[in-house]
Amino acid sequence: MKADKKSKYQRVAYYPGCALEGTGHAYNQSTKVVGKELGLRLDEVKDWNCCGAMEVKNIDPKVQTYLSSRVMSIAANEMKHSVVMAPCNGCYHNLKKAEYDLGHDQGSRETVDRISKKAGHETYQAGQVETIHALDWIKDGIGEDELKRRVKSSLKGLKIANYYGCMYTRPRHIFPEKDRGPGSDSTSKPHFMDDLLEAAGAENVDFALKTACCGGAHTLSDSDMSTKLVLNILEAAEAAGADVIATECPTCHSGLEMHQVRAEKVLGRKTRVKMLYFTQLLGVALGLAPRKLGIHENVSDGVEVLKEKGLA
Amino acid sequence: MAIHEKSLIRPENLKTHDKLVIDGVDVSGHWSTFIEPRVVTDYNEALQDEIAALPGGEHIHRCWQCGSCTNSCTVNAVNPDFNPRYWIYLIRIGMESELLRDKDIIWQCVSCNKCTYACPRDVVPEGVMKATAHWLELKGHTPKSNSQIFDEVFTEQVVATGKIEEGRTIRGFFARTGQPLAQEWLVEMVKRVARRLPFKQGIAMAWSTVFRPKTKNWSKARAALGEYIHEQEARNRKALSLPDRHSGDLH
Repeated sequence: MKADKKSKYQRVAYYPGCALEGTGHAYNQSTKVVGKELGLRLDEVKDWNCCGAMEVKNIDPKVQTYLSSRVMSIAANEMKHSVVMAPCNGCYHNLKKAEYDLGHDQGSRETVDRISKKAGHETYQAGQVETIHALDWIKDGIGEDELKRRVKSSLKGLKIANYYGCMYTRPRHIFPEKDRGPGSDSTSKPHFMDDLLEAAGAENVDFALKTACCGGAHTLSDSDMSTKLVLNILEAAEAAGADVIATECPTCHSGLEMHQVRAEKVLGRKTRVKMLYFTQLLGVALGLAPRKLGIHENVSDGVEVLKEKGLA
Repeated sequence: MAIHEKSLIRPENLKTHDKLVIDGVDVSGHWSTFIEPRVVTDYNEALQDEIAALPGGEHIHRCWQCGSCTNSCTVNAVNPDFNPRYWIYLIRIGMESELLRDKDIIWQCVSCNKCTYACPRDVVPEGVMKATAHWLELKGHTPKSNSQIFDEVFTEQVVATGKIEEGRTIRGFFARTGQPLAQEWLVEMVKRVARRLPFKQGIAMAWSTVFRPKTKNWSKARAALGEYIHEQEARNRKALSLPDRHSGDLH
């Protein structure tokens, strides 16, 4: 099973999603660069569209199901891929949710079929592709042992709080492959990012708010709420002794950065912990230049911390 | 005993007397607080069905009031008045007037889905919160929340082009909610980004604000989605016995 996954993940359909073309540009760049360095191949999904995100789901859940299904349909039917990799938690979540709904709900199947026919493409059928997160891609496509062998510049001495957010694990029923014992990820205590960064030499701190909510849904519409939630996360990470919060989602990442600034400006509460995408951290460990990984693009400037630790 | 009776007591109905003797019995002080009775007769018997007819509310009837949703709720930890379990209880027994007392905060659900994770009955409380917020707006009890406006701006852009360009969404949201775009903290953010943004990416971002990113071959999907959304809007209004509405807007 493990060997099977390893070979399947060497070349996957890549679904970056809208955020990775905007605020999450550095995540897009570092994902591609790290993939290339590790010898993993990415074929970007042709003519992809927005997954529907939470916003479209709120207007009508079946529209979101259709939007996600179109992406999977192109990957499966036009590109003949069996694995779609999405680095964004929101995209990953929505493709998984669409997969679940299409596998379990007749109404969703009918609606998606109707819209797909009118839109002029093949209807996606549940099971045609497996959707994975960038974490699964590296964890199963490369593995900790191989990663350890490839580390050129160990993250030793760097204290990291791993932050997974909401969409990566909740609700659990859309992630049937999780909670399957050793080797699988957990929906209540996810650990894949911890595993990879530990293999890269980092020291993971004991962080209780791994799956806490950053209020990303209302980052602009209810900013005070989001600032409070983000400040909880930042202060908890600092209390745990973290230099850096590792992220795996462009919305979480920019939410933490935005509300770190807002907490300072509006509430007068300053935190010094820096946010870095886990792909940026892996890239540093693999000996890639920070500039190549887009680290200088982050609002919270991680270059200083890396310099202090002799990593940049 | 119904677990929410305490919540149904109005503060003005609590009577504590410093010195009171009735029929020779001393009932003074806090330990002898009286609760004045209150009669509620205006139940809305259709309330549960109306919420269940809107997307997300379908499974509200499964709730057996264990309270796992409120116990796990992100927003409840910040604001104790945000109480999904209580609102589900009110909806199920049709106490519309009580529900309306909290009408201005129900939209604040952040969709973290901790409730959905914790719920042993698969009620999907997150969906019920969305359906309830939607119901309040459709019935005219509340104006459109900032969250709803954001969702509409976002969805209109996705339907139109297949993709989101974040700058456009943010500007659209601030314009439609009548807020100045130049919030002090946003300006600070932009400054910090601009300071370090590589020239090439800066150009790419400026480019995408002028020439919006689009999904190729999207026109048929756009038409199909527009048609479906209008159909659903009409269906939702009908389920709530509201008159049909024809507007150029998405919603």
